[in-house]
Amino acid sequence: MSTTFKILRFDPPKDEHPHFQEYIHTPIPGDTMLEVLKEIRDQQDPSISFRYSCREAVCGSCALTINGTICLACKTQFEALKTDVVVIEPLPNLEIIKDLIVDFKPFWDAYNFIQPYLQPEGQAVPEKGHCVEEKDMEKVFQFITCILCGSCYAACPVATRDGRYLGPAALAKLYRFAIDPRDKRPWSALARVDNPTGVWGCDTVFRCNDVCPKEVRPADGIEGLRRKLVVDRTKHLFGRKK
Amino acid sequence: MVSHDILIVGGGLAGLAAALTADPKLNVAVLSKVHPIRSHSVAAQGGINAALANHPNAKDDTWEKHAFDTIKGSDYLADQDAAELMCQLAIPTMYELDHWGVPFSRFPGGVIAQRPFGGAGYPRTCYAADRTGQVLLHTLYEQCIRKNVTIYDEIVVTNIVVRDGRCVGLVAYDLATGEIRPFAAKAVIFGTGGYGRIYKLSTNAYINFGSGIGMAYRAGIPLKDLEFVQFHPTALYGKNILITEAARGEGGYLVNNKGRRFMEDYAPTAMELAPRDIVARSITTEILKGNGFENAYVHLDLRHLGREKIEKRLPGIQEICINFSGIDPADTPIPIQPAQHYSMGGIDVDKNCASLVKGFYAAGECACVSVHGANRLGGNSLLDAIVFGKIAGVSASKFINEGGFAGPRDAEITAEAKTLTDQFESIRKRDKGHNVYQLLNDLKILMGDKAGIFRDGKQLQEGLDGLSGLKEASRDSYIYGSCTRFCQEFVTLIEFKYMTDLAETILLGGLKRTETRGSHFRTDFPKRDDDNWLKHTLASYSDKGPVLSYREVNVDKYKPQERKY
Ligand SMILES: Cc1cc2nc3c(=O)[nH]c(=O)nc-3n(C[C@H](O)[C@H](O)[C@H](O)COP(=O)(O)OP(=O)(O)OC[C@H]3O[C@@H](n4cnc5c(N)ncnc54)[C@H](O)[C@@H]3O)c2cc1C
Ligand code: SF4
Ligand code: FES
Repeated sequence: MSTTFKILRFDPPKDEHPHFQEYIHTPIPGDTMLEVLKEIRDQQDPSISFRYSCREAVCGSCALTINGTICLACKTQFEALKTDVVVIEPLPNLEIIKDLIVDFKPFWDAYNFIQPYLQPEGQAVPEKGHCVEEKDMEKVFQFITCILCGSCYAACPVATRDGRYLGPAALAKLYRFAIDPRDKRPWSALARVDNPTGVWGCDTVFRCNDVCPKEVRPADGIEGLRRKLVVDRTKHLFGRKK
Repeated sequence: MVSHDILIVGGGLAGLAAALTADPKLNVAVLSKVHPIRSHSVAAQGGINAALANHPNAKDDTWEKHAFDTIKGSDYLADQDAAELMCQLAIPTMYELDHWGVPFSRFPGGVIAQRPFGGAGYPRTCYAADRTGQVLLHTLYEQCIRKNVTIYDEIVVTNIVVRDGRCVGLVAYDLATGEIRPFAAKAVIFGTGGYGRIYKLSTNAYINFGSGIGMAYRAGIPLKDLEFVQFHPTALYGKNILITEAARGEGGYLVNNKGRRFMEDYAPTAMELAPRDIVARSITTEILKGNGFENAYVHLDLRHLGREKIEKRLPGIQEICINFSGIDPADTPIPIQPAQHYSMGGIDVDKNCASLVKGFYAAGECACVSVHGANRLGGNSLLDAIVFGKIAGVSASKFINEGGFAGPRDAEITAEAKTLTDQFESIRKRDKGHNVYQLLNDLKILMGDKAGIFRDGKQLQEGLDGLSGLKEASRDSYIYGSCTRFCQEFVTLIEFKYMTDLAETILLGGLKRTETRGSHFRTDFPKRDDDNWLKHTLASYSDKGPVLSYREVNVDKYKPQERKY
C-alpha cells in the first residue's frame, strides 16, 4: 500500500530549523520500519541519516519516535502501524546531530557515573571462577537484557525537566551490579545516587517500563535501589557495612 | 593530528579484548564505526567453548579434546598448534570473564553451566541463556570504562598507511563532522569483523561489510583461506535472523515436509548436532529433493522441549520468532533455511596475531590464524575473538616496548587523508553514474548464486566474470545525496571497493581449490584431496587481481582422517 512517510530532517549548521520531508513509498509485506527507512534511503534519498546495526533488536542503535511512540525501528512492523501517514522523528530529550541521529552524551555520562562494572573482592581471578547458585545469578537476568537503546531516557519526564537526572537505564544498571552476588562495591558507591538527581528524582510514572523494548522494567531497579539504600543507610549508621 | 601508541580498529569482542590487555603505560585508543556495544558481537547467542568439565556428562573433558574436536571440525585445515593454544587458554579466560562480571548461567554447586553444541564430543559451551554475545560485549565494554580506555566511535577507517613495510597510521572518515582525518600510531590492531553482508542471505548485522579485511589486502598483507565461508544451517526463513545452534543443543529437531528427522540419513550418530557445514548441506539437499516446505525451508521443531525450558534457556529465540515471524516456538515449528554466517578466512596472521607488515596486528573474525580451518565449530568464534584479541594487545605492546617503531611519518598520513578528501570532493561533483546501493545489491545476489553452499568450476568462473562487470561499473558510481555528515552513501562507496576485492578472492580461491573440504563443497570435486590440497590459500593484492600462493598446514599431532559424525 502506498504510504506517506514524513521524516524529520535537520542538518545543523546548514539548516536553521528541523523540518519534515515527505516520501511516498510502498513497503514490502513483512517489512520492519528499519527496512522501510533503508528502502526509502536507498531508492529515493541517500542523504537521510539514521543509526542501525543488528536489525534484530539487540544492538540498541535504532530507537526512534514513530507516530508519536518511542520504539526500535527494527522491531516495529510497518503493517502493525495501520495508518497511511507515518511520522518518523528522533528520540526526544537528546540533541539532534543530524536527521534521526541524536547525541547520546547525557545518556553515556549517566551510565559512566554509576561505575558500570563489577567490583568483586580482590584483584585476583578465583581459581575456579566465582561460586554462585543459579537462583542468585538469576536475579540479575531481568536487567542484563538492557541493550542501552536510550528509549527509557527519552521517554522520562524527569529527564526532560532536569538534565542532571541520571535516568532509568543507568540506575537500573547500578541495581544490576548491586544485586550481583559477586559484587562487593562499598556503600559509598551506592550513596552517590542517594539524592534527587539519582533514585529520589524518579516520579514513578513508569514511562520507562512502558517504552522499554526489552521488558527490562528499569523502574524495578530504581525501586530496588531505594529499598536497598534505606536499609543500607541504617546499617551504615550503625557501623555495619555491606 | 590525533596520535596514539596503539590504535585498535573495532569495538567488538576482539577489539575490546585487545584494549584491555595492551600495556596500560601505553596510550591506547579504540576506533569504531559504531559505538562498541552496537558491534555485531552483541548478537551472538549460543555460547562460548571451554573444557571446564562442569557438565555431569563431561567430567573427563580436557582442553586437548576440545582442540581435537576443533581440528577435526576444521576438516584438518586448522593449524594444530594454534588450535591447541586457543583451547588451552579458553579455560583461564572463562574464569577471568566471570571475574570481570559476565553473568554466566550456573549449574548446581555454583559452577558455570555448559551445554552441548555441534561437532563437540562433550557439552562444553558456556552461556548466559541465549544472550551470550550481549553479556560478553557489554562486560568487556564495562571493563574498558573501568580502565578509562579512549574510544572514538562513529569513525569509519578507510585506509591503512604503510611506509617501508611498516604500519604508521590510518585514514578515517569522521561521520559526525564529515571530515576525512589522519590518525598516527606506532602500532595498529584490526578487530574489524566479518564480511557477511556481501551475501544477500546473511545472519550478520547490516554493518558487516568486511572492509577492514580489504584494507589489509590493499596494504600488502595476504588474505588466507577466504574461499571458506560458513553457512549456518538455521536462519529464520524470510528474515535470515540466526536461530542459535543452542536450539539444537537443547534438543531441537530438524524435520522435513514428510515429518521425518532427516539428519538420520546424513549424520546418523550426531544427528542435528553434526558440524554446521554438514547440517547446512543436508538441509539444502532436502529442499532440492522436494522435501522442504514451499520448496524453500524446513522446520526446526522445539515444541517437545516444553514452554518452560524454552522460556528459560532460549528466551531470545522465542522473542525473535514472535517479533519477526509472528510464531511462538513453544506452539509452532520454526521455518528455517541456511544463510551465510561466518568467515573462516581473513587477514593472514600468526599465533601472535602479527602480520607481514610490521606494527600491524589483527584478531577476531577479520583475521585468520588459522584455528577454524575449513569449518568453524559453534562457540569457537567468540572464543577466538577474545583469546586472540588479548594476544594482539600483548603483541602490539611488546612490539612498541621493544623499540619496533621506527619513527613518525605524520606528513605522509596527512597527505593520504588529503588525497581521499580530494577524491570525495570529485565524486561529489559527479552528477550521473551508477548507484552504489544498486551495485551492492547485484554483488550480494552474485555471491549467493556463484559462491554459495554448493559450488562448481563453471559457476565460480561465471562469478568472476560477473564481478569484473560490477567493478567496471563502480568506477563511475556517484553520490546522489548532498550531505557530507553521516554520509552513509560515501561509506558504502568506499566499502564497496573492498567488498569486490573480497568477492574476487573468495571466487578465485574457490575456483582453484579443486577439492571439497569443510564449507567449500565442489560438486565437480566432491572428495577431500589431502595429497594436493592440505594447504592454506594465500591471496596477495596486485593491480591485475589476486596472486595466489600456498602454505603448509601445521599438522604436528593429529593425522587427517575421514570426518564421520
Ligand atoms: C547472529 C550471530 C550469532 C553468533 N553466535 C555465536 C555464538 O553463539 N558463539 C560463537 O562463538 N560465535 C557466534 N557468532 C560469531 C561471532 O559472534 C563473531 O564471529 C564475533 O563476534 C566477531 O567478533 P569481532 O570482534 O571479530 O567482530 P565484530 O563484533 O563484528 O566487531 C567489528 C568491529 O569493527 C568495527 N569496524 C568494522 N569496520 C570498520 C571500519 N572500516 N572502520 C571502523 N570500525 C570498523 C565495527 O564497528 C565493530 O565495532 C555469531 C555470529 C552471528 C552472526
Ligand atoms: S532499560 Fe530498556 S529502554 Fe532503557 S536503555 Fe535499556 S533496553 Fe532501552
Ligand atoms: S538495529 Fe539493532 S536494535 Fe535495531
